[in-house]
Amino acid sequence: MIKALLKNRDVVLGLILVMMTLAIAARFPGFIELENLRGIFTDTSILIILALAQMIVLLTRCIDLSIASNLALTGMIVAMINASSPELSIAVLVGVSLIVGFCLGAVNGLFVWLLGIPPIVVTLGTLAIYRGIIFLLTDGQWINAHEMSPAFLQAPRNIIIGLPVLAWVAIGLVTAAAVFFGWSKLGRALYAVGGNPVAAVYAGLDVGKTQFIAFCISGMLSGLCGYLWVARYAVAYVDIARGFELEVVAACVIGGISIAGGIGTIPGVVLGALFLGVVKNALPVIGISPFWQLAISGSVIIIAVVINARQEKTVGKLILRSSHKAG
Amino acid sequence: MTDRASDNHIPDRLDVGWKPRMLRWETLLFAVAVVIFVFNANASPYFLDPWNLSDATFNFTEKATIALAMALLIVAAEIDLSVASIIAVASVAMGAAAQAGVGTWGLVVIGMATGALAGAFNGFLVTRFGLPSIVVTIGTMSLFRGIAYVVLGDGVYKGYPADFAFFGQEYVFWVISFEFVFFLVMAVVFGIILHRTVFGRWIFAIGNNPVGARFSGIRVERVKFILFVVSGLMAGVAAVMLTSRIGSTRPTIALGMELEVVTMVVLGGVNILGGSGSIPGVVIAAFVMGLVTFGLGLLNIPGIVMSIVIGVMLISVIALPILWKKIRAP
Repeated sequence: MIKALLKNRDVVLGLILVMMTLAIAARFPGFIELENLRGIFTDTSILIILALAQMIVLLTRCIDLSIASNLALTGMIVAMINASSPELSIAVLVGVSLIVGFCLGAVNGLFVWLLGIPPIVVTLGTLAIYRGIIFLLTDGQWINAHEMSPAFLQAPRNIIIGLPVLAWVAIGLVTAAAVFFGWSKLGRALYAVGGNPVAAVYAGLDVGKTQFIAFCISGMLSGLCGYLWVARYAVAYVDIARGFELEVVAACVIGGISIAGGIGTIPGVVLGALFLGVVKNALPVIGISPFWQLAISGSVIIIAVVINARQEKTVGKLILRSSHKAG
Repeated sequence: MTDRASDNHIPDRLDVGWKPRMLRWETLLFAVAVVIFVFNANASPYFLDPWNLSDATFNFTEKATIALAMALLIVAAEIDLSVASIIAVASVAMGAAAQAGVGTWGLVVIGMATGALAGAFNGFLVTRFGLPSIVVTIGTMSLFRGIAYVVLGDGVYKGYPADFAFFGQEYVFWVISFEFVFFLVMAVVFGIILHRTVFGRWIFAIGNNPVGARFSGIRVERVKFILFVVSGLMAGVAAVMLTSRIGSTRPTIALGMELEVVTMVVLGGVNILGGSGSIPGVVIAAFVMGLVTFGLGLLNIPGIVMSIVIGVMLISVIALPILWKKIRAP
């Protein structure tokens, strides 16, 4: 029983996370105070949502490098709308962020679906284009906290049952994603398309269309994060979240999502994101310069892919061996 | 049955008439380069000045030098997204050495060795563990730049020896810079390697069919490892030239350059999925991108808008031929 549990990747990752937290807490007891843990979770919420978005795309053998640019552009558009007409309700702005994000994701998806261009090329291109558009829209101007309406800034911060709305949004989306991946037709199709595209076609799935939908969902979630990010940090400018797409990919890889598609779990992704969140928040506590963060997350990505590859490889080899025996 | 046979028919000799030659990617790209050149010359009176044109070459030769090595990697169906970070770590190594009083040639060796070592690390991870290079190099992209941040923080290395400025600032002959000459020589070397040697044929074979390549006796892993080392080495050389040109090192040096390098390679007609491409194509693409950014610069267009242009170029050069085929085929 315990042995079987230890073979489960998510359980192991969870244990590592808990042990790491406890180890830090042994030296700095304040680290596991409820207030601090709450802060870490809230801090990591946006990363969790984006990691879910990236996971959806990765499952279908694609990759979306434009999510941080999508976030920044959508965030800027929402902030501009809010600055020019503060009377608009937050619900409308959230709707706008979802729609804009959806459209930006759909552009990626259309190129991949209709023209069959490799996703990495398309999203490397839109990564530059979307961020450039922010400059065209704003001429490099910032939108600062005093230009945004109080309701706009307050919405994700309101506390409900001990947690801010931002954290609840992440929890809600994680739950929704668990249902979606486990029980919906489309959710299973995402795994099928990435796991074995040829078999997926024979099973009656449209691979390209499924990938398109994956990009649309990923775009929509990135757009939502655009609003959340701008409201949380109370500023919008060209460079917000620059390079964040790498952290998101890192969270997915640490969480055991295979870049080759078809493999990955929701708890894995959440744990992967939390892992990075704990590391980021622990560095200043244990007195390591924040400049270490990039090097640490890079090392963790590399270690995680090496471990992932070993696990995936054994599965592949076993199948080959048994089929060899059968033959 | 006969239809299938004709589909699979492989001619003894490729058609080398004028039409396929005209429609070759390199020819079209060259035409684009000429059009941009003429357009720029008309748009700005400063464009045709030889010194200005020489300045323009500085902006793309470092990237283009890496693009040559990247082209080989992409033809072999691998990719190295960590090149810009390798520049950062190599530049930091040179900066630290310069502080310790190492002379110019020592710095060059250190820069190139750091690059080659970083490339070998990528190659080791990819070939030893059979990992997808895109994930590995996304990881090392963070790691290498992370090391640069750990060493430098928000600081800066200055105080390079005076004659170190040669590699990025001096001219070999009239307006022809050392960087430009070096790039042209490297272009010839890489062109010969890819198109005229057995090693080059191996690269194509690996990119087209790695399993088939292995069965035909090619040491796939070793070739890939060498290509990663070469890519790192070229990034190290680019670090020498870039550091020498700007005369200082910050951890953000060459940030985001990998995007432009990959764009250059893809624009040059190299298939991002591996198996085809040519060095002349990449060289012409380097000139196209250099001319575009220089032309836009003369028109006072800010850098971030140029990145839109580069992004659009990247997607459209791949999309347009596919669209063209789709429209022509019913």
